[in-house]
Amino acid sequence: MITLSHYLALGALLFCLSVVGIFLNRKNVIILLMCIELMLLSVNMNFVAFSYFLGDGAGQIFVFFILTVAAAEAAIGLAILVVLFRNRSTINVADLDALKG
Amino acid sequence: MTFELFVFYLFAAIMVFAAARVISARNPVHSAMFLVLTFFTCSAIWLLLEAEFLAITLVLVYVGAVMVLFLFVVMMLDVNVEPLREGFVKYLPVGLLVGAIMLVEMVFLLTQRYFKAEQFPIPARSSADAMSNTESLGRLLYSEYLFQFEIAAIILLVAIVAAIALTMRRRPLTKYQTPSEQVGTRKEERLRVVQMPSEKRS
Repeated sequence: MITLSHYLALGALLFCLSVVGIFLNRKNVIILLMCIELMLLSVNMNFVAFSYFLGDGAGQIFVFFILTVAAAEAAIGLAILVVLFRNRSTINVADLDALKG
Repeated sequence: MTFELFVFYLFAAIMVFAAARVISARNPVHSAMFLVLTFFTCSAIWLLLEAEFLAITLVLVYVGAVMVLFLFVVMMLDVNVEPLREGFVKYLPVGLLVGAIMLVEMVFLLTQRYFKAEQFPIPARSSADAMSNTESLGRLLYSEYLFQFEIAAIILLVAIVAAIALTMRRRPLTKYQTPSEQVGTRKEERLRVVQMPSEKRS
């Protein structure tokens, strides 16, 4: 049968994949944003699994709020990305050094 | 192996494959499409966990709104991908190493050693007559978590305002109407009464 550990291991695997993705695509802001979405998804997976196995609805409420905040974050992040591309004509993280002291 | 376990492993395999393709695809559009696949399979796994409302919400909100926004931005920006890919191979070993170490640590902590199956027994499937997942979630959300719910609404409102304020721009060449001036106009500005003698009928 599917135990809690199955879900936790799947969430951990997903989280590690997104960390590796941040390492590999460290110049592309779009992929970085997608990796953050993936991380939030793996955390949500843990919340839902614990909510089910403990029989407590609070975990699902938490996922609900995380989804809300993640949607807001994605919208603002993409808006910043559009403004960035309009001003600098690039989304390469290495080129964003205007604030360098 | 029960059918349930088979379904879990199937969706978990699809999910891990899609997540791996998200971080390794050359084209950002492909990455976004594989992220959509990841969300779909994740919602299927949440259905196994009897979180029906959240599973549907994930498809509606994430696949329907957030990922469309991602695709929209990726296709709107004419990004040259090649310079963004440099360093991919260079950082592949260290990335994989860090990821593998993290995974080993997490699996060591999260699997049978500390979260024993006896401590967390598999709950019985809720019957069809019981309160639905949506109803129980709604009861909790609108009573105990009402204040937090309102804060979430305000966060969304602020996000809308911020996103629009960031991306809106005034082009100097475009012609705009000014409604206040249109409304505040008076008769004398538009209408000229001309006095002239009437013509004699011939």
